Amino acid sequence: MPLQYKYLEKIEKNAGLLGALIALMVSIGGLAEITPLFIKAHTVEPAPGFKPYDPLRLAGKDVYVREGCYACHSQMVRTLRFETQRYGDYSAASESVYDRPFQWGSKRTGPDLARIGGKYSDDWHRLHLLTPRQVVPESNMPNYPWLAERELDGEDIQARMRVLKFLGDPYSDEEIAAAPAAVKDKTELDALVAYLQGLGVYNVAAKEAGHE
Amino acid sequence: MPKSETYNDHIVRLFLLGAAVWGIVGMFIGVLAAAQLAWPALNFDVSWLTFSRIRANHTFGVIFAFGGSALMGTCYYVVQRTGHTRLALGKLAMFTFWGWQLACFLAMATMPFGITQSKEYAEPEWFIDLLVAVVWVSFGVVFFATLARRRIRHIYVANWYYGAFIIAVGLLHVVNNLAVPVSLTKSYPIYSGVVDAMVQWWYGHNAVAFFLTAGFLGMMYYFVPRQAQQPLWSYRFSIVNFWALISVYMWAGSHHLLYSALPDWVQSVGMAFSLILLMPSLGSAANGLLTFNGSWDKLKTDPAAKFMVLSLVFYAASTFEGSMLAIKSVNSISHYTDWTVAHVHSGAIGWVAMITMGSLYAMAPRALDRPAMHSRKAMELHFWMHTTGLVLYVLAMWAAGVTEGVMWRATNPDGSLTYSFLASLIAVKPYYAIRFLGGLLVLGGMVVMAWNLWHTAAAARANKIKPILVPIPEEIPEPVEDQVPAPLPARG
Repeated sequence: MPLQYKYLEKIEKNAGLLGALIALMVSIGGLAEITPLFIKAHTVEPAPGFKPYDPLRLAGKDVYVREGCYACHSQMVRTLRFETQRYGDYSAASESVYDRPFQWGSKRTGPDLARIGGKYSDDWHRLHLLTPRQVVPESNMPNYPWLAERELDGEDIQARMRVLKFLGDPYSDEEIAAAPAAVKDKTELDALVAYLQGLGVYNVAAKEAGHE
Repeated sequence: MPKSETYNDHIVRLFLLGAAVWGIVGMFIGVLAAAQLAWPALNFDVSWLTFSRIRANHTFGVIFAFGGSALMGTCYYVVQRTGHTRLALGKLAMFTFWGWQLACFLAMATMPFGITQSKEYAEPEWFIDLLVAVVWVSFGVVFFATLARRRIRHIYVANWYYGAFIIAVGLLHVVNNLAVPVSLTKSYPIYSGVVDAMVQWWYGHNAVAFFLTAGFLGMMYYFVPRQAQQPLWSYRFSIVNFWALISVYMWAGSHHLLYSALPDWVQSVGMAFSLILLMPSLGSAANGLLTFNGSWDKLKTDPAAKFMVLSLVFYAASTFEGSMLAIKSVNSISHYTDWTVAHVHSGAIGWVAMITMGSLYAMAPRALDRPAMHSRKAMELHFWMHTTGLVLYVLAMWAAGVTEGVMWRATNPDGSLTYSFLASLIAVKPYYAIRFLGGLLVLGGMVVMAWNLWHTAAAARANKIKPILVPIPEEIPEPVEDQVPAPLPARG
């Protein structure tokens, strides 16, 4: 016992040693859990044929992120029967490789949106985003009237695509050059609807390729 | 070193003021957000007042602005008292105050306008993150420089927790916020998808672990023995709990992603470590509570002690709940429901807010050169408003969470789902109104506290108080290595 006391006493009387040991102890867990994810390719690589967001949907995704939709909507169908029954196929890792940040969410005040694409018409989405209670009277979702008034900025989208390309998303120079034309005269509402209508649609092709 | 020096309590008082102001701001936004969920017309169709925009203002406001100010203020108070020394680097310490307030202000002023990274509990954009990093490193420098000039050789346990809080939060903040800016107001994280999810919840969970737990345990380990007028129940037990807590917590983050697309083994590791975590969590709570042995009568006379005891009970309860929620089959019911919200708030309003309030009530008179708080009745009123609000809030959200969890999974005999999603929202709406009431009471209590602090600070505001002298102990010669301790003198 005296031997142990001696070592403990050393630590508790030496601020530098105490700090170094704390730094060591808190680093192990993260290193053990996070670093393998970089090595395991299917968690960071897209399935074949799964392309990054086109300019309009990218703009829509960034509106979704900016408005904080993730505070009430998840995009993660869990591997539970009652989840797949309600929402559709469970979510695969390869579906969210182009999501910066990821949009799995942590709370469902509204339903999961991972498979929302194609379930409602564009017009339904527009009305629902502007005045949710006109289509779902009991909903407690806020109105987002300003989305219809804001036009997209082509140069801003290009700047975003360039940064994403720098981070490794496979955008070609042609795609970036063509971006302003793709978002010309479109509003944030158009972009958000396009993004929502793509959820669970574009990544299903990836799923069929057997990458989960 | 001069033979007479005084404690730097000016910086402590500034942080006390910061905590009181941010506490009211953060809780007010929380009450507004709660009201918006019950009555959506309160979003007013104004973008910067909309729930999804201001939710981060509530969480950031109470955790980092209110909690952060309280932690930094008490940390500066405790490290001086336990080391019998004046705070080192006074100007840098002053920078940490103004820098932290500026960072909090910038964050709170940008997030409602959509300038956000949208990573939970790490919402502020990159330029604010840089400021936070600089302030945080300065905070660490002031803290460790003060430890370096301490006159008590042994570093008291409260300081280990403050040290772990500073080191770990710095590490978490930098790793999680690595991003490439597009413009001043927009950046993309370098991680995406699954990796981003894991990094985010490694951060998110350990923000709870090191900001909301380790930091506040530092507070607890100083102010609980101080207020109970008893030595810590077991010093040795605190050593075991400290090393177990800081090493195990870091593994548990993946329990936020159970049944998700995160690789299965990481989910299982997270669940296992979350269960192990039960031991140091309950250990720390027990150590604090048992310190009141011999002083339980203080519960009748001292509202600060009441806050502390109830905070420790809620610490034990919410960490127990946390470990249970990390079990996969329990999590399949609770995840994505209001049960998570209940759990967070039993930890936040129960443990974090109450240990802060107890500690601030214990510290404020000493830092403000008063024999006691201005009004004991107001402290009692605050205690009961806070406790009633807490119970209303947590019970309502538990009921709502279990209702949602059960309704989402209910199936008919033929295997089809029993309820639509909307049915679960309609079922929990009454609970949202009760939650709003609970939050309102907690906010009201905070206003009472601010009023009380304001009056207690009357002399300080008039610049009439004298700095407190540091009791400088006599020099003790360095012990010789491997010295056999002298036998204890015979009794009598």
